[in-house]
Order: sequence, then C-alpha cells, then structure tokens
Amino acid sequence: MNAVYGWLLLLPAMVLLIAFTHYPALSTLWHSFFSTPRGARPARFVGMDNYAAMIDDPVFWEALWNNLYFALGTIPLSILLALIMALWVNGKLHGRGFLRMAYFTPTVLPMVAVANIWLFFYTPQYGLLDQIGQFLGFPAVNWLGNRDTVLPAIMAVTVWKEAGFFMIFYLAALQQMSPSVREAALLEGASRWQYFWRILLPLLMPTTLFVLINALINAFRVVDQIVVMTGGGPDNASMLLLFYIYQAGFRFWDSAYAATLTVVLLVILGITALVNFNWLDRKTHYQ
Amino acid sequence: MQRFVLKALTLGVAGVLATLPAWSQAKPVELEFYYPVAVGGPITKIVDDAVDKFEKSHPDIKIKSIYAGSYQDSVAKALTAQKGGNPPQVAVLLSTDMFTLIDQDAIIPIDGFIKTDADKQWLGSFYDAFMQNSRTDGKTWGIPFQRSTIVMYYNKQKFKEAGLNPDQPPATWEQLVADAKKLTKTGADGQVTQWGLEIPSGGAFAYWLFQALTTPNDAILMNAAGNEVYLNKPAVIESLQFWHDLAYKDKVMPTGTTDWGTTPQDFLVGKTAMMWTTTGNLTNVRKNAKFDFGVAPMPKAKRGGSPTGGGNFYIFKDATPEQQQAAFEFAKWMTNPENAAQWSIDTGYVAVTKPAWETDAMKSYLSSVPQAAVARDQLAVSVAEFSTHDNQRVTKLLNDNLQAVLTNSKTPAQAMADAQSGADRILRSYR
Repeated sequence: MNAVYGWLLLLPAMVLLIAFTHYPALSTLWHSFFSTPRGARPARFVGMDNYAAMIDDPVFWEALWNNLYFALGTIPLSILLALIMALWVNGKLHGRGFLRMAYFTPTVLPMVAVANIWLFFYTPQYGLLDQIGQFLGFPAVNWLGNRDTVLPAIMAVTVWKEAGFFMIFYLAALQQMSPSVREAALLEGASRWQYFWRILLPLLMPTTLFVLINALINAFRVVDQIVVMTGGGPDNASMLLLFYIYQAGFRFWDSAYAATLTVVLLVILGITALVNFNWLDRKTHYQ
Repeated sequence: MQRFVLKALTLGVAGVLATLPAWSQAKPVELEFYYPVAVGGPITKIVDDAVDKFEKSHPDIKIKSIYAGSYQDSVAKALTAQKGGNPPQVAVLLSTDMFTLIDQDAIIPIDGFIKTDADKQWLGSFYDAFMQNSRTDGKTWGIPFQRSTIVMYYNKQKFKEAGLNPDQPPATWEQLVADAKKLTKTGADGQVTQWGLEIPSGGAFAYWLFQALTTPNDAILMNAAGNEVYLNKPAVIESLQFWHDLAYKDKVMPTGTTDWGTTPQDFLVGKTAMMWTTTGNLTNVRKNAKFDFGVAPMPKAKRGGSPTGGGNFYIFKDATPEQQQAAFEFAKWMTNPENAAQWSIDTGYVAVTKPAWETDAMKSYLSSVPQAAVARDQLAVSVAEFSTHDNQRVTKLLNDNLQAVLTNSKTPAQAMADAQSGADRILRSYR
C-alpha cells in the first residue's frame, strides 16, 4: 500500500518528465535513423547514413570545437569572477547593497537585449570599444567580422552575463558559513590564505559543483546571442552546436539531420552530468 | 470507465458532424494570411488597413492577417503549421523559397486561376525581372508583391568635399574604385575615419550583394530549374577577387565582414560615403539622412544589373478550392495598379507592375522622390535572385565561402571551388 502511495505521489512529475523529456529524447534517437520526409517522399530507414554524413560534415566539427572552446573559455573565468565578486560583496563595506545589485544586473536583463547592447559595443569605428580604443591609440577592430575575434567577443558577453548569476549562489553559501569556523581557524594561527584555501574553498565545494553543472549546461544551451549578434558567422567561426541544430531543423528543413545532431548533444550533456555526479560528487565535502 | 470513453467518443464524433455542414453553408470564406516585416516603418498597420479595405469590397471573404516575424521566421512558421496540418491559405514569403515550398508540397501553381483575359493581362503586367523568381518548370508559383533590387546610396555632401561631381555617381568598376579612394579619409594616426564604400557581407544576405558584383560581370549563378549552380566560373571568381580587393588592396572598404543591419547606420552617421543595400531602405534613409543623398544603379563591369529580391504571394495546397480562389482574389487585388503603387510609396519597395507606375499617386510620388525611379529603371537589366532546391543550405554554403574570402582565410578560386563541389553534392538528388 505504501508503495502505491509513493508511486501516486511520483505520478504527476513522472507524466511530465516522460511526455516532455524521455519520449522526445527517444523519438529523436529513433528519427535519426530515418531520412527526412520531403513532400511526397516519406521517411525511410537509412541506418547510420545520417551519422556518416555528420562525420563528413566540416561545419559539424567546427561547431563542436567552437563549443568546446566556448565552454573552456567561459566556465572557469565566470566561476572565478563569481567567487571573487561574492567574497568582495560579502565583506563589510559601504554601498555593498548597491554593489551587489550592480553585479547582479546583467543576469536580470534578457539575453536578447544584452546581445543588442553588446552589438553596439562591438560596432567597428563608432562602437563603444573602438571609441575607447581610438582614444588610447589602438587600431579599430572589426570584432564580430573577423574569424579570430568573433568567438572571444561572444565569450566575453557570456562571462559578463553569467558571473553575476553564479555570484548569488556563492554569496548565499558564504552567508550560511558560521563565523566560528573563521574565528577558530584564525585562533589556531592559520593565515588568511590558508583559511581560504583549506577551509573556505572546500566548504564551498557543493556550491561550486552546482554552479559548474549549471555553467556546463549553459555552455551547450546558449543560442540567443549567436542569433542576435552573428548568425554563426563569419564562415561558421561562431557556430555553436545548438544553433546548428536549429539551422538544420528550421532553415534547411532537414529534421533527420537535426535529430542526429541532437543525439550528439544529448550524449555530451549526459556524459557531463554523469562525470559531475559520480566523480566530482565523491570529491565534494558536504556538511 | 469504458462507457465513459465511448460516450466521449460519440460526443466528439457528433460534434464534428455538427460542425461539418457549417462549412458548406454560404458563410464568408475565411483565410489566414501570414506576412513578414523586413524593412522599417509601420508595416503591420499598412497591411491591416489594406486587408480592411479588401474585406469591405469583398464581403464574402474574411481575412485574418498574421504578422509572422522576419522572412526566415515566416517560412519556418508556415511550414511548421503545414506539417501540423494547419497551414495558412495564403502567405507572403521570400521569392527564393519557391523551390523549398514546392519540394515540401506546400503550394499550388497559380496558372489554374487565370481564366479571363483580364486575369491574363494582370499576370502579364508584372516586370519580367520579378517573374524570373516566380516561375519554374513552365508554371507560375508566386505573385510578386514586396520586391526590391540593390542600389547604391551615396552621400552628395561627401562627394563635394572630395572634389567629385555629386550628380555623377560612379558608373563603372574603375570609377567606383577611383572615387572610393578619394572618399576614403585617414586620420593623423593612420586610422581610417571615413570609408569610401561599404557592401554588407555579414549574416544571410552576402550572396545577394555578391550577385550585384557577378551580374555586372556577366555571370549567372544558377539555372532556372534550380538544380545547377555555376560558382567556379572565371567571371564569378573575378567578381569575388574584386570584392576582396576593395578591402585588402584598394583599402576603400573595411576588412572582415560588414554587418547588414549596421550598414545603413554607418551611412547615416557618415562613416561611409557610399553603400550598397536594398531599395527597401529608401524610406528609412530619406527620413533620417541629415545630408543630401543620391541613389544610383549598380556600377557596370561588362554590363549593368542587379539581382531582384523580396517576397511573393503563395497560395497553399492544404485549403478548400473556395479558399484558394479567395486567396487568389486577395493577391490579385493587392497587386492591382492603385494598391501596388500605394504599397510602394508607403514602404519603399519597387512597384511590381508597369501600370502601377502610370497611376497618379505614383507620378506625384516620383516628382518629389526621383530616387525611387532608379530601382525601376534597373529592372530592365536585373536578374533572378540566387535560388535553388534546398535553398537555405546551398545559400549558406555560398555565404560561408564568401565570408571566408572576405576574412582572408581562403582565396577566391579555392572558396568558389569549395562552394561549387558542396552545392553539387546537395543538388545531385534534384537532377
């Protein structure tokens, strides 16, 4: 009887999860083995053809590499910044409420609005960055129009947007920290660095893990700023996996290929989740 | 439980049966009409007003006009709705989406609606340059509506400052380079403060601007059946080399890619003395330019010319014959001389039929805005916009390779060879 009760409690969440997560995922996998139906031609089973085409597709590889650079470039930096900002606004200083708000503002703004603001910052010649650069005597840079600068430019927007969000989690964790821990450590003669490195950081690990998972998922989930700022260009230099899926599905109408790419994205996200939960979790100290 | 399900089913079936006769009664025919907005101005209001006027003169037809976003959004929405079994009956979509819509089995040709002499005369009144993107395989699939070409806008004030004749814009490629060099200004620190020319190359329109270089160089990029492209021809590579050299050799244009959206802004704030963009920007530039500006046709290399662009009316297949007939009436009404002229005046698009230019409204508009005539005069030498089967994919391939050249990561010959082999691979199955 207890088991039935338990299952009944689980039912609403299960129905939603199955209908909107598990079934679509399996259906995507299923469709990736079929050709795209076009007009009078129905879908037919093609086995691994879509996957073979994907491996031959240079744009797919470019999107994958770009996504990897994007993750490596944005995640450590935004977590580090978030931690520094949280430590800074956790201390006793004047105008700290204002500072907290300022750090958090980018998170509140919608990404599309943010991307449009940065579009102006990056505009060659009269954009904000180039105006400052010209004042200091640097040459004008076509930030979003060059293969080498476009991805770092987008990464900067992402770090700017995400660091404040992660800061809130660190700040909440720091507020929970009992002051007696710090007092005890300092009484025992620990330096401030030792206190931070040996005590504070390990105690913050659960937060770091949570933030890391969020950051990883976000790194593969961002698409807004690409749509607004570059459309994946120039020449695919800012193409990310999710945007490529969108393009394959809703611009090329190649739903089978889009399904194939989605399977790859699912596998990547699945692996990151597994690594995070199994391996990192064991190394994390919970109070 | 079973009884409940049965009851529900019976009720449901009864409900469907009850609503069926309603369709066959002499109620007004209802249409859903999707349209995009691609240029500045109160387009939705202009469309709604036109629809209201149409409904007044056609009491047996009701039209629900639905703003569907950009061109890309609109085609995505229309095709998604079609896959869901609920497509619009009529829509304005890119003329270049024709092959995609045919391949998806979404639209029907309009030849079947042409019955009277008046209909024939109406269909014959469209400019041939616009019809090239509306016909394939001996059938007409689209009705030209909001169409454009590329023109060159130039700042007359900057021309005077540079010692050039403001009434004589460059007419050939040599003149273009020579004038642009005079118009490019460099500050004391070696930084360029004003460019001679900008040709937008970022985003989805690079291939279109490229056609404004290949057409004058006497190169056609694809066949009318939309299953072959000719990208690796010497004249095409030459055109691309010219585009590349404007930035890297002649240094009159910014290096890297130039964004489609910021180009008009650059022109308005005086960061560039000339720009190439759609005639659809005419109203925007006219309202916001604080200087005297001119509009000129594309400079010639071997001949003149530009691609056409913009949207056509399409009639969808998944509709009742009455709805399709009503959709046809609507498209015909929207493109009659008075309405085509009014649409052109309100938006800046090129009026699509010859009789539209003969109307009084158009004549008085032309006398106050003579620049509007440039696009019309260019139509005589204009060609079809680049459009093939699997259009978005082939176009993206071309765009990517153009951008690779403009960011100096491929040579023109290499890029066009890559684009050609990629396009051949995609188009193989349509031959």
